[in-house]
This record gives sequence, C-alpha cells and structure tokens, in this order.
Amino acid sequence: MDRVLILDVRDVTFRYPGVARDALRNVSLGVSGGELVALLGPNGSGKTTLVRVALGLQAPLAGSALIQGRAAAAWPRRELARVVGVVPQREDNLFPQRVRETVRLGRYPRLGAFGREREEDRVAVDRALERCDVTGLADRWLWTLSGGEYQRVRIARALAQEPQLLVLDEPTASLDLRHEMELFELVRRLVDQQGLAALLVTHDVNLASRFADRLLLLSDGNAAATGAPADVLRREQAELVFGWPVAVSSFDDRPQITPLRRHS
Amino acid sequence: MKWLLLSAALLAALLAGIVLGPAAVPLSDLLHSPIVIDLRLPRALLGILVGGSLGLAGASLQSLVRNPLADPFLLGLSGGAGLGAVLAIALHAGGPWAIPLAAFAGALLALGLVFRLGLVGGAELDPRILLLGGVAVGAFCGAVMTAIVSLAEASELRNAYLWLWGGLSGASWDGLRVVALCLPIPVLVLLAAARPLDLLALGEEPARHLGADLRAVKRRVYLAASFLTAVSVAVAGVIGFVGLIVPHLGRALVGGRHLRLLPASFLAGGTLLVLADTLARTVVAPRELPVGIVTALVGVPLFALLLRRWTAY
Repeated sequence: MDRVLILDVRDVTFRYPGVARDALRNVSLGVSGGELVALLGPNGSGKTTLVRVALGLQAPLAGSALIQGRAAAAWPRRELARVVGVVPQREDNLFPQRVRETVRLGRYPRLGAFGREREEDRVAVDRALERCDVTGLADRWLWTLSGGEYQRVRIARALAQEPQLLVLDEPTASLDLRHEMELFELVRRLVDQQGLAALLVTHDVNLASRFADRLLLLSDGNAAATGAPADVLRREQAELVFGWPVAVSSFDDRPQITPLRRHS
Repeated sequence: MKWLLLSAALLAALLAGIVLGPAAVPLSDLLHSPIVIDLRLPRALLGILVGGSLGLAGASLQSLVRNPLADPFLLGLSGGAGLGAVLAIALHAGGPWAIPLAAFAGALLALGLVFRLGLVGGAELDPRILLLGGVAVGAFCGAVMTAIVSLAEASELRNAYLWLWGGLSGASWDGLRVVALCLPIPVLVLLAAARPLDLLALGEEPARHLGADLRAVKRRVYLAASFLTAVSVAVAGVIGFVGLIVPHLGRALVGGRHLRLLPASFLAGGTLLVLADTLARTVVAPRELPVGIVTALVGVPLFALLLRRWTAY
C-alpha cells in the first residue's frame, strides 16, 4: 500500500527560553497514513516537547516540523484541526456535559458558516461514537463515566474532526489492564481500517512494542533509537535509556522488556 | 418549550414592571398614563437591557476566565465606574449625563488597565492574571473612591453610596436609546463566539487542538463583555449578582452550550432585573431601595441553592 507521509519532523532542535540545555537535539520523526508510531522515553526525555513542536505549538530552534508538507506553525488552527486530531493528556470540564455534546465539539473545525450544524455533522458524530464503541453512552453525563470510557469518548471527539493524523498523549495512564488493552486495540483498528496515521505517546513499553509499527525512543532530548520494535528495544539500549537493568524476551515476535530486581 | 417559558417570564416581568407601582394606574388607562409611558415603560425596558447585558456578560466571562464564580464586576469594572461616578459627584459635575459618562469613562479605564495587565509578559489574557488584575484594579479604585467619599459632604456621600448599589430610577427614553445603540455590536460579537467558548470550557490547549483561534476569541469576548458591563454600570450603577447567578440559572435551564446559554442568560437576566426593580420600587413605597440590594437579597439565597447543586456534580 502506498503510504502518504503526514507528519514529517526533521532534525528538530528546541530549547525552552532561559534553560541552558536543549530539550530536543536533532530529532526526526515521520508518521504516514496506516501507520502507528509510538513515542517512548523516560519522564523529561522530551516526548511532550516533541509533540508540541510537531503540532506547531512551539517553533523549533533548528530543523522543521511539517504537516502535509506545510510548516506546522504556519497552519491556521482551524485548518490544522481538520487534519490532526489530538487527545491531550489532560482536560477540564468546567461545566457538566453529556457524551454526545462533547463529541460534537470535534465538529467545530468543520462547521459551516455561522456554526450551523448540518446533517453531515450529525452523521460524523454518530460514526465517531460507533467506532469508539461508545454509542451506548451518548446520553450519559461525562462525570459518570469510568476512566476507560472517558478516554474512548475523547478519542471519539478527535475522530469527529475526521483527521488524518491522530495524536494521543499517554492515553492509558491510570487505566486498568482491560481498558488499556481495549484502547490499544481501538487505536490499532483505526489505523488498520481507516488508514489513519497515529502517534502515541506512552510509558507502556511492552504494549507499544506489540501494537506499534515503529518506535521512537527518546533519551534526554536525543533520539536514542528509532525503527521497528525489535531494533529499538534491545537490552543495552533500554538499560541505558531507562537507567535500570532489564531482561528482553519475545512475545508474538515482539520484544518485551522486564525490569529486573536489583539484588536478585 | 424552555424558550417559550423564558420569553413568557420576560413578558410577565415587563407587565409587572408597568402595572405595579406606588401610584395606582387603572388598567384601562395603562397606555395613556404619563406615569406608565414616561416612567415605568422606559424603566422596565432599561431593566431588560441592563439585566440582559449583565447576564450575557457574566455567562461569557465565566467561560472566558474558566471560573464559574466569576462576575462581570469581578474584573475591576465596578471599582473604575464607582471612582468615575464619585469623582463626578464630588466635583459637582452638572447635567443629567455627568455621572453616567464619568462612570463609563472610569469603567473603560479599569477595563483597559486589566486588559493590559492580561497581556503582560506575552501572556494571552491568562485567566489567573485577569482575575487577580481585576481584583487589584478594583481594590485600588475602591481605595481612592473611599478617600474621596470620606472627604465629601454628608449629603453627597449618601448619593454616591446609593449610586454604588445601583438603580434604574434614572431611566428615560433618551437613555434607553443610547443603551439600545450600544448593545447590538457587543451582543453579536459574544453570540458569534459561542462555539469557541464551548471549546474553551475544556481548557486552552484542548480548545486549540480543536481549532479555536483563542488569541482572537479571548480578546473579543473580554472586550465585548466588559463593554456591556461598562454600559450597564454607567446607566444603572453596580447591580451585583445578576451576572453571577443568571448564567447558572441558564445552564440549569438550557445546558452548557453557549449558542443556547448566551441568549438564555440575556432573557433571564432581563427578567430578573425587572422583577427586582419592581420590588425595589414597591416594597417601601413611596421611597425606593437601590435595586442592587434586592438582587443581592434575592440572589444570595438563590446562589446558595445553586451551590448545593454544584457540589452534586
């Protein structure tokens, strides 16, 4: 299948004002349609910064971040929101809201003149709810949802944007085993069936290894390794980046990392 | 159905404002009586516009600063307007327009100052800075105002004090016309921002990801809502609680989507203020209470009820 490169980050260097060292140094990252790329790395390694640069929220010091060939920071936000759907780590709900209402917000970048809702908007919302398996929750209040349900609703909102690239920032933090698996399966299904490009920031190295096509392992602002899971998750590499002794095994032909007890 | 209810309530309030009053006007004379035509009708209509503006401004500002306890006067406008009015009174500025104009100028000054503070250091109207800046500017104006009041004569002091609690007794057809001319643009600006305000309720970064151009939206909403408040304070003084409670009433009635919430807040604000003003005129007739006292007396218990509902979320 011919894959279209949607996100193209090249040799990006970035430094926060007033900080002596680079937050990112010569990092590159490409994500194409039908491809799930996972972004791994310890806390503070630059994952969130890289996502912010990729989405045009921070301008790189050197290098470029292109979305569909156009500099990410040059996109008007509304146009960009038709191409990229983001599920950020955190959001508030200032006022009580129902599931369908919040998914409807995803239509904002596509609404017609005067913000009128058309038939196609209703259809898109229904389809997004269905794809994330939350149709049955449509009339529930958000605060009554479990953590896993809420994350699926947020993905549905991003899908209502009808994006080509889906960016998820630690979507499975604080989810239990089943909900975490459901979420990874959902993202994989969207990538395979809808041809979406997906960039997933996660701390779950083993699930990333099993679900993602490619990994980018960040360490202290540098790309420590990038490529297929088997090439990235090697023992010396992982020990160096995460600063902890590990054993690497294989499951379903994908590397799995088990941290070791220190004095065993 | 809900809209019918809101409109019917507004109409009923308008009728009550026209029919009720210390001077008995027979119903058959209603449309011929100068008391009704020259006094009660413009006053009730002004109540609708001012109450509606405060309700609308309150709903918009609560979403803008992402704080359900925000009130249009929290952002320093009441202090600026009060200072302007008290200055006009203390300097014996003449003419019926002196106090409103001075209050309006004071409110605009405070508005500009808080707006500027909100942009300090490249911050894009950070809600925390807006709130803190508003409180600080308000406190500063309040201090200057109290200094002036403490040096003024007793009768002037009473006037100034009463003016601060708000009232619609200055209503006239001329004043009504001026207000009616001031409202359409800011009202339209706020209604046009309804969708981005929906997004803003999720937080700034999520709103940006969903395509909102927050920089422009926040400036527009802040300026339009503050301008509405400044117009209100110029013609009716500081009428508290309308802008705080009405948005919550609106949310309970029509939900949180701003396309419905904003118009509902306008209707409910107008209704509430006209009713409060009718009470203010009649309960101690022939004297009159400042309407701000009535809105506070009605508003505080109502607000306590709403707070209970709030904790249920």
